[in-house]
Amino acid sequence: MSRSTKVSGPVPAADKEAGGPGADGTGAERDGATQWPLWEVFAQEAQGAAHEHVGSLHAADAEMALQNARDVYARRGPIVSLWVVPSAAITASPSDEAGSFFDPGADKIYRHPQFYKIPRGVKGF
Amino acid sequence: MSNDDLFEYLLRLGDDRLVLGHRLSEWCGHGPILEEDIALANIALDLIGQATLYLHFAGEVEGKGRNEDALAYFREEVEFRNLKMVELPIGDFAFTIVRQLLFDAFSFLQMQELQKSANSELAGIASKGYKEVRYHLRHSSEWLQRLGDGTEESHDRAQKAVDDLWRYTREMFAADEVEERLHAAGIAPDLRMLEPQWRTMVADVMQRSTLSIPSDVPPLEQDERGRHTEYLGHMLSEMQIVARSHPGAEW
Amino acid sequence: MQQDAPKAVDDAALNARFEARIEAGETIEPKDWMPERYRTQLIRMMSQHAHSEIVGMLPEGNWITRAPSLKRKMSLIAKVQDEAGHGLYIYCGTETLGVDRAELVDQLLTGKAKYSSIFNYPTLSWADMGVIGWFVDGAAIVNQTVLAKASYGPYARAMIRICKEENFHKKQGYEIMATLANGTPAQKAMAQDAVNRWWWPSLMMLGPSDANSPNTAELIKWRVKRKTNDELRQRFIDLTVPQAQAVDLTLPDPDLKYNEETGHWEHGPIDWDEFWAVVKGNGPCNRERLQARRDAHEKGAWVREAAAAYAAKHQPASASNAA
Repeated sequence: MSRSTKVSGPVPAADKEAGGPGADGTGAERDGATQWPLWEVFAQEAQGAAHEHVGSLHAADAEMALQNARDVYARRGPIVSLWVVPSAAITASPSDEAGSFFDPGADKIYRHPQFYKIPRGVKGF
Repeated sequence: MSNDDLFEYLLRLGDDRLVLGHRLSEWCGHGPILEEDIALANIALDLIGQATLYLHFAGEVEGKGRNEDALAYFREEVEFRNLKMVELPIGDFAFTIVRQLLFDAFSFLQMQELQKSANSELAGIASKGYKEVRYHLRHSSEWLQRLGDGTEESHDRAQKAVDDLWRYTREMFAADEVEERLHAAGIAPDLRMLEPQWRTMVADVMQRSTLSIPSDVPPLEQDERGRHTEYLGHMLSEMQIVARSHPGAEW
Repeated sequence: MQQDAPKAVDDAALNARFEARIEAGETIEPKDWMPERYRTQLIRMMSQHAHSEIVGMLPEGNWITRAPSLKRKMSLIAKVQDEAGHGLYIYCGTETLGVDRAELVDQLLTGKAKYSSIFNYPTLSWADMGVIGWFVDGAAIVNQTVLAKASYGPYARAMIRICKEENFHKKQGYEIMATLANGTPAQKAMAQDAVNRWWWPSLMMLGPSDANSPNTAELIKWRVKRKTNDELRQRFIDLTVPQAQAVDLTLPDPDLKYNEETGHWEHGPIDWDEFWAVVKGNGPCNRERLQARRDAHEKGAWVREAAAAYAAKHQPASASNAA
């Protein structure tokens, strides 16, 4: 990709190629393949609710990501807040170790209120 | 102040937005990237939505039974009251963004003042538009910075667009008797007050975009509402063809 | 991620576990192990779907500047805009399979990837905006409602979002047709002409007959597809015939008849030669559609470069540290 302007990660190409993609503006042969980094979009549908993942998009920087998120994912409302996060900034739990990650949490019955008994007729729980 | 003045003024507000919204909608399906295609369509929708409200109100004020569609589809080009700037063809993306910025800044100030209009219906329409245009202004300002301070090519394209469009900007502030009477009646803002604010806003964005405002642009003759370029007639002939081919039809 | 872990299981065991998960109705997520063939089939199918949304903007976009009322103009812009959004959602879903959008777009523009044959037909009157919403979106909804249960999570989630948003597409199309059918004689003729031109291509849009659909069996086994093309086509016809009757428009198939026993409408023979000719590039608008997409892409190149260059210049310090 010597003359290519492709950007593959959420980190702008400046780190990888001096001057960044197309920054020299010399009109070098272009392949039109400048790819803006990928961002994950989280939307909050009501005051006080949690932000939930709604999808992804491409944008060159955070401000554009936020604007694009507004136009792509909030154009029907009702959305009160948006977060955008570079996709590469997300660290996910390993799917092939899902067993060791999550199964131990599944049998701790004492973390749940059903584990405990109280005398009949007592209210307020 | 008469109903004629208000009708004329509402046509100006409506036609600016209808014509610019129509021009922006020409990008739909042809934008530089999907995300931006969607963004431009949103702005076009806001503008046409605002135009619908102004033209609907214009029809009521006129009182001759014309609704927004009658005004949009069955007027001749000399009856349109939009700024010449908004009827120019879309050009490249730099031209589109520079024009949006110049108009957005104007519209932002206009809506901000119109929210306080003595005419409550006009104030209501303006306050809805104000929210929308605040975002439009953010969109065009941010983009202009990226084009102006992006690559050499994008800088040159943006500067050329500024140079080409600047001569059309004076028309926005060319106050005539209609606007003066409406201002005296507390209905419309004072264009002479808006102009310096507009200059400050635009100069700030231009400066952040490393672009310069041309200093010696010869004034455009005939910069009054209702005078047009040759582009509007072609735009309208396309826009109106179906409606005019079937007069009286419902759609 | 796995490089240091002992390779305790071989591909056959992984494959068996994958098949069992599919069998149990589980959802496959991007980081889960999947057979290479599942991945490539999904990329093919999802990217075709995304390309179809994007190319599908063009036939309707052709009428935005001529929409006959402001309300119709706004509905049409919103609908074409949704198609851009839907293409975007599905491209993002496809990217989770390890292929980036620039590569997928390149496949479309170089003619390597396919898109739905329906968008290679021209839009010749305002009524085409009605009939596309009614037939083309109607057929798409039949297909996508089923895809919303696909085994691949990102695809299914994109479909759920798309189905929700597309609710208005078919309805606005049918409303246009109902208005035209009840309008002046010229409007009614315009509506009938559009129905005549779009009915058969819409039936073809649901894909080749099961006997000639090489990918169907595999995609159904993996629960990517949940119904065959012919089943989807039947569902679309059964839904559409009464809708046509309700607005007194005639579907151009003299053999169309109701089968009391099966409860289905039976249609006449589909001209599959036409379908394959259009798929191979010989439809009325194939060249124009691809050229329009290439033009947009090429004219947008300097814009995409500008934003990337600006981002590189104005990168916040924290972002460079994160690298």
